Amino acid sequence: MSFIPGQPVTAVVQRIEIRKLRQGEHLILGFSIGGGIDQDPGQNPFSEDKSDKGIYVTRVTPGGPAEVAGLMMGDKVMQVNGWDMTMVTHDQARKRLTKKNEDVVRLLVTRKSLEQAVRHSMM
Amino acid sequence: MDNESQYSGYSYKSSHSRSSRKHRERRDRHRSKSRDSSSRGDKSVTIQAPGEPLLDTESTRGDDRDDNWGETTTVVTGTSEHSVSNEDLTRVSKELEESFPLDCRRFLGPALGAVLGLFALVTPLAFLALPQLLWRDSLEPCGTPCEGLYVSLAFKLLVLLISTWALFLRPPRATLPRFYVFRCLLLALVFLFVASYWLFYGVRVLEPRERDYRGIVGYAASLVDALLFIQYLALVLLEVRHLQPAFCLKVVRTTDGASRFYNTGHLSIQRAAVWVLDQYYSDFPVYNPALLNLPKSILSKKVSGFKVYTLGEENNTNNSTGQSRAMIAAAARRRDNSHNEYYYEEAEMDRRVRKRKARLVVAVEEAFTHIKRLQDDEPAASSPKHPREVMDPREAAQAIFAPMARAMQKYLRTTRQQPYHSMESILTHLQFCITHNMTPKAFLERYLSPGPTLQYQRENSRGRQWTLVSEEPVTSALRQGLVFSLRRLDFSLVVTVTPLPFLHLGEEFIDPKSHKFVMRLQSETSV
Repeated sequence: MSFIPGQPVTAVVQRIEIRKLRQGEHLILGFSIGGGIDQDPGQNPFSEDKSDKGIYVTRVTPGGPAEVAGLMMGDKVMQVNGWDMTMVTHDQARKRLTKKNEDVVRLLVTRKSLEQAVRHSMM
Repeated sequence: MDNESQYSGYSYKSSHSRSSRKHRERRDRHRSKSRDSSSRGDKSVTIQAPGEPLLDTESTRGDDRDDNWGETTTVVTGTSEHSVSNEDLTRVSKELEESFPLDCRRFLGPALGAVLGLFALVTPLAFLALPQLLWRDSLEPCGTPCEGLYVSLAFKLLVLLISTWALFLRPPRATLPRFYVFRCLLLALVFLFVASYWLFYGVRVLEPRERDYRGIVGYAASLVDALLFIQYLALVLLEVRHLQPAFCLKVVRTTDGASRFYNTGHLSIQRAAVWVLDQYYSDFPVYNPALLNLPKSILSKKVSGFKVYTLGEENNTNNSTGQSRAMIAAAARRRDNSHNEYYYEEAEMDRRVRKRKARLVVAVEEAFTHIKRLQDDEPAASSPKHPREVMDPREAAQAIFAPMARAMQKYLRTTRQQPYHSMESILTHLQFCITHNMTPKAFLERYLSPGPTLQYQRENSRGRQWTLVSEEPVTSALRQGLVFSLRRLDFSLVVTVTPLPFLHLGEEFIDPKSHKFVMRLQSETSV
């Protein structure tokens, strides 16, 4: 998941579709995010490369829509509904995920185990 | 509407076209310039005899007021420690009013105080000397203790003498309307002390011809101690008590609004007035009556131009009131453009002043390049073909004054400062600057900004008369909300007293090791 500046990022991603749950007047997804280009990347416990400023999933509420959809803690979110998440601020990421007029968010997430799985399957 | 008025070109809201407006402006400016040149007397500068004012009779309006300043009289009270009481004073001043010349009255108080002080200082010596003179034979001899007392007496008297000279024997700088309470108190105290000591001395020592000389010496020493303590009291009351600031005085000059804030301590109103006047002479810019009001031409355009015709009415009384009311209403409704005119007049004035100032600065700079100081080791005559004439400062000043005189004259007239600077004073100042190696800018600082009033005082020992106007008795102490004013002939200073706020000062200790910084934490948002 490290990137070379100037080169396009390649990663093995999994497509996850989360249906938002209505709770009172809020639509919740059931997970927490951390990271962003305005945050300190050295404190990210999930990233391999400590200069990676992407958006990571830090917590998944048990039984929530995200867990049901297959999101796991430590996933790096690459895209949300087609919008890029690798170079956004924390607040922009939050806004993209919590749009009120969208019921469904389609994420592209990547994790270390995915790459290992692909490598294993190729060998 | 009056199309030919000089300010009509300034009202941009008129419906005339821009080009005609420009023409009108140019014509007005030209007209105002020609007005200026017609009021100027001569076109060339001639060096007049010293003592005559530089400018023509246009400026005498300010001169009259100026001359009055130095000639008024002052009332006599002293400012030394020993001053006389009010009743004595009025009696004395009535006696002296006709006979003495004015200057002597100012020093009458200190003279009386000096006499009393001298009397008080001589008393211990008299106490010691009288027994020796009168009944020397029957006195008991007194050995070492007396000598110790003699020495201490001598030194205490010396200290008293020196400190009295240092603190109280100063020429008075102001005369107050009512007697100075503390000074009178101290005077009374001194007099009481000395009188009671003499009384006891006369009864107990002179009458029975007391033989115990050591006791007499001790008595004299106690008098000197008491005098020292009275002097300490005088020091505290007169000099020290008012040093700690307690009030803030706002001083506003009524004519042009120049104001300052000062911090003072606990004083009576009259003492505070003297203190404020001290500061006034060195802080406030000089009062220039020529710079005061809006030109009449702007203000007087308000109620004009409305002629009311009555058409076929018979009863006149109704008409007159109705007429005036109609005129006032119409005048109020009419759009008042005097602020516009004021604005443009100000801008024009600014421009003119700046232009004259630029010319003055250039002229002075150029004039200063014509001379240079002759160094000691340079030969006076560099070559036989160009002998350099060696001049003293006065001649050098006169030599370079000519090229800058005209620019200086025009600048002073534009800034209405011409009553304050005669040609003689400018020459003297120029000579002063040349002597002290000042640059042209240093020479000009005196003319470019109005200086404090003290700068323009003529050397005059008569003093300035001010009247203290107050609703409270002037010996009462300052307190919050007090207002008094100091009046002179043509303006006055209004002083308002506010107490300084009480300060609650708290403490916060910061450990120097507590200055630590981290990068911003990862924030986690749940979605």
